[in-house]
Amino acid sequence: MPYIPLEDHLPGITGLLEYRKDTAAPIRELTQILLRGESTLTEGERELIATIVSHRNSCRFCTAAHTAAADILLGETESTAQVKADHHSAPLSEKMKCLLTIAAQTQESGKAVTTQAVQEAKDAGATDLEIHDTVLIAALFCLYNRYVDGLATVAPSDPGFYEGLGKRLKDNGYNRLPQGYDHLKK
Amino acid sequence: MALIQLNNNLPGILGLMAYQSETTGHLQELTNALLWEDNSLSRGERELIAAYTSWLNECIFCLKSHGTSAMHYMKCDETFMESVRKDYKKSKLSPKMKSLLAIAAAVHKSGQSVTQDQFGEARKKGASDNEIHDTILIAAAFSMFNRYVDGLATNLPADDSFYAQSTAMIEAHGYSRKAGMMDK
Repeated sequence: MPYIPLEDHLPGITGLLEYRKDTAAPIRELTQILLRGESTLTEGERELIATIVSHRNSCRFCTAAHTAAADILLGETESTAQVKADHHSAPLSEKMKCLLTIAAQTQESGKAVTTQAVQEAKDAGATDLEIHDTVLIAALFCLYNRYVDGLATVAPSDPGFYEGLGKRLKDNGYNRLPQGYDHLKK
Repeated sequence: MALIQLNNNLPGILGLMAYQSETTGHLQELTNALLWEDNSLSRGERELIAAYTSWLNECIFCLKSHGTSAMHYMKCDETFMESVRKDYKKSKLSPKMKSLLAIAAAVHKSGQSVTQDQFGEARKKGASDNEIHDTILIAAAFSMFNRYVDGLATNLPADDSFYAQSTAMIEAHGYSRKAGMMDK
């Protein structure tokens, strides 16, 4: 049960973003730029960064949502499974593994990011902007995960819910739906 | 030295904001809505939540920036701030603020660390749902900002007088001022 009154038909982050729209707008826009804007990282790769951080923060809702989005965008489920178990053995490029190491360090603390991890990412071909975006995406999910769990929002147990949400994140990104969310009421 | 080439010498978050102007506006808008716009929590109280979270995350730039703003708005000195950092429960803060700092400290650890009891306590001390929501979102936002600033190892200002100047500019113009204004 959420600690504050949120709409029953909007579990997880969506209810919070509808609860306080003036802070939701910049959070949504920031996420849309970072995860869907023009980038040399694919949308699937960026969803993997969101997935590893949410998983390490033990945020059930965000982990399931971004796993679903990444699976749809990548067209396979092995990467998300491996990223959560041990990203070093995931079927990903060396560069992506290095960036996921930086994301994992950022999840721990800003101070935990090592010069060595950044150098290894650069050696594997990561650009400064890719490293910047990795740190900011990881930091942003430290916000989301705390927001979602700090207010005890509901994480549905039905896997079908996250498949639907993953599809919505692929098709609409992170912008608020123009028609709002009333159509989701049962 | 920053871990990536920022192409500017601005300290802390300002260096990052000048580097990546696409994300900057949204980060500023979020900060402005949380810390500067009208709210039943005073600007000083909200800056204190930001400073306290930054202190727990050991983020010097954010701690000094928001600590300086908190002292300015709350008309208190470094001795008072020290008493809050050392043990806010024994400080002269209001019971409501103490209950909100307990929630902010939990958020700093993890979302799951916030308990129903902490919520009940904050409500009992007069905090509204919106105030508790905002406390959680401020602490969560600074869990982001602190990681952004330290994860890329940004520079500290050469001189601590920077923080008071920054506070004065923010008080006058808010956080949504145009990027680049600080280097003038």
